[in-house]
Amino acid sequence: MNNGSTINHQSSIVNRLRLWSLKKSIWVFHVNTGACNNCDIEIVNLLTPKFDVERFGIKLVGSPRHADALLVTGGGTRQAAIRLREVYRQTAKPCVVFCMGACACGMGIFEKGYHMAGPIDSIIREVDPHAIIAYVPGCPPKPQAMIMGVVKVLAALEPKESYATERVGQAVVAGAG
Amino acid sequence: MKEAARKSVLAVGPFHPLQEEMEFFQLTVDGEKVTDINARISYNHRGIEKLSEALQFDQVPYLVSRVCGICSASHPLAYVQAVEEIAGVQPPERALYVRTIINELERIHSHLLWVGLGGHFIGYDTVFMWAWKYREPVLDLLEEITGNRNNYGNVKVGGCREDIPDELIPKINLELDELEKKTEMLTKAVLDDPVLHVRLKGVGVLTKEDGIRYAVTGPTARGSGIAIDVRHDDPYAAYADLDWKVITQPEGDVFAKAVVRLLETLESIKIIRQALAKLPKGPVAVAVKEIPPGEGCGHAEAPRGETFHYVRSDGGNRPVRHKIRAPSYVNVPSFKASCIGADIADVTLTLAAVDPCYSCTERITVVDGRNALVHDYEELLRLSREKTARIRKDLGAPEMKLEGL
Amino acid sequence: MQPSEWDKQLSPVRDRLAGIECTRENRVFLPCEAEHVCEICRFLFEELRWRFVISTGIDAEDCFEVLHHFADDASGAIITVKAFIRDRQVPQIDSITPLIPAAEWIEREMHDLLGIRFRNHPNLQRLILADDWPEGVYPLRKEVQT
Repeated sequence: MNNGSTINHQSSIVNRLRLWSLKKSIWVFHVNTGACNNCDIEIVNLLTPKFDVERFGIKLVGSPRHADALLVTGGGTRQAAIRLREVYRQTAKPCVVFCMGACACGMGIFEKGYHMAGPIDSIIREVDPHAIIAYVPGCPPKPQAMIMGVVKVLAALEPKESYATERVGQAVVAGAG
Repeated sequence: MKEAARKSVLAVGPFHPLQEEMEFFQLTVDGEKVTDINARISYNHRGIEKLSEALQFDQVPYLVSRVCGICSASHPLAYVQAVEEIAGVQPPERALYVRTIINELERIHSHLLWVGLGGHFIGYDTVFMWAWKYREPVLDLLEEITGNRNNYGNVKVGGCREDIPDELIPKINLELDELEKKTEMLTKAVLDDPVLHVRLKGVGVLTKEDGIRYAVTGPTARGSGIAIDVRHDDPYAAYADLDWKVITQPEGDVFAKAVVRLLETLESIKIIRQALAKLPKGPVAVAVKEIPPGEGCGHAEAPRGETFHYVRSDGGNRPVRHKIRAPSYVNVPSFKASCIGADIADVTLTLAAVDPCYSCTERITVVDGRNALVHDYEELLRLSREKTARIRKDLGAPEMKLEGL
Repeated sequence: MQPSEWDKQLSPVRDRLAGIECTRENRVFLPCEAEHVCEICRFLFEELRWRFVISTGIDAEDCFEVLHHFADDASGAIITVKAFIRDRQVPQIDSITPLIPAAEWIEREMHDLLGIRFRNHPNLQRLILADDWPEGVYPLRKEVQT
């Protein structure tokens, strides 16, 4: 995961408030950049009764303008890269980009594909070199791994605090890093 | 006024509706009715067929498992069957049974996924939550058997990579019993619900003639009375040894396709039970040394329809050419026939009824060029759900009750 | 089916075929020259009522091949028409889309990926490659490295 040192700890009050509001509940916008659907389906699984992430305040929204985080799946095909850059521009800042799955993290088996323009972090950094990017590997990552990824990011954004949450009936404390 | 000027073009595509770009689907509308459709599918194109040529024959299954996440058992199966044709290899009997069991488990969770999504589109979120809750035990079972909830990595040329341990069989049977009860309950609830009858019947009709012209397969075909099913027509794995029915409905509308999928889920449970009971002893793979020059065609009945793979070998250790055809490739264009004359409120549902990959249905936005009206995915969902609510109000019917949520 | 039975069933178009190759009982390949492809496919689709499955475009050493795959669901056979396009400089062949609407997308795809022109195709626009993909680069041709 992208370590805390690249997160901008600006002292201005406005930025602190923004980061605080980012932590309270995370509204996420899902972006498929050429994924096989496994990651996408596991993301939707997060909403269903077994995982039920809405109780953590994680909500899927219909527009990037309302989102605190982008859940990006797929390795970034050439056609999708154009759209992804545009979506990132439109997403309210600050935001976190989650690279969900092996393709998003590094294209994996599709690396040599002639139609690939990824991986996701390189596409996003063309628009914003200081973007906050988190990596959740797996093919697909299990929903538990995705939740853990979000929790770790929340903890990393405020490194002095710990985040306690529930992991399938077991208390988990995620420290910074 | 010219014909062309009166018609509006609705771009049905990804992310943000106000972009000026070639969209995923471009619908031409006259008022609130769809009159034509054009499609661009470049977003998901990863160049897999070319990648295949750079891999060795035994590496390809891992690649093609990821063509589509929810047909991830069918693609490698069709591929290895094509290669086994070239090599003249017959996998051991136990392997054929294991392949059958894995593929039917996939069919169950794929159909339940579809039922959930269909429910979501028309505002039956209870059905969505319920169907996706009951997928989970199937995914857990697959994880216990193969090591992954999806992308099982279970087939190889010559058989299967892993066996189903005999100790697991009682557990699988228990889960199937539970699932059967739940699916029967859901099927009955759907068949009895008066609102669904009005909402789904006569919607998104694909006639048998159009089905043949568009060469559709799977529940999209069987829901229009076209009785084709690869498991029956060109049996592979263990299907010829087992007793099961091809499910068809004649009407061709969304309701018919829903019924086909629900009844197929029950049929799949039947197939798995028989396969477990008859599971022969023995190895699950034969050794395959080399693939001679030749051509092979492998196909399998994926949840969405026929998955077809053509492989050409020149005697080396890589495919010279590997053609992959997912069922959605022929089913999605039939949207042209089933969507013409439809309401905008029915667009998401009609597309969902051919069951394309989930991401395709998510990428629907509508831009009305004539009025500068913007319908994004959220808006289309809203229109669809409003229609359901209106129907419920007119009928005075209660909400569907589902136990066990 | 036995080779002799295939011969009988295909007799109306037998003279357009360069052969009937059975790799196994229910797998048949029908090689032919590109110019005959429409007649043969029309016969298979309209007379024999076989289902169109998909097409495969291949960059073979000295020619291009367009394979149209059909399924006879009653018998479980897969029958592949294998059309040879001899002119590598300007590869073209008649489209079967006017006969079989299901072929529209795959012919567009073969056009994108191999540069084969399908004459009389109703809508030969780009289907599968990105908007900014360079013209004249056909990824499935052997000259393009992975």
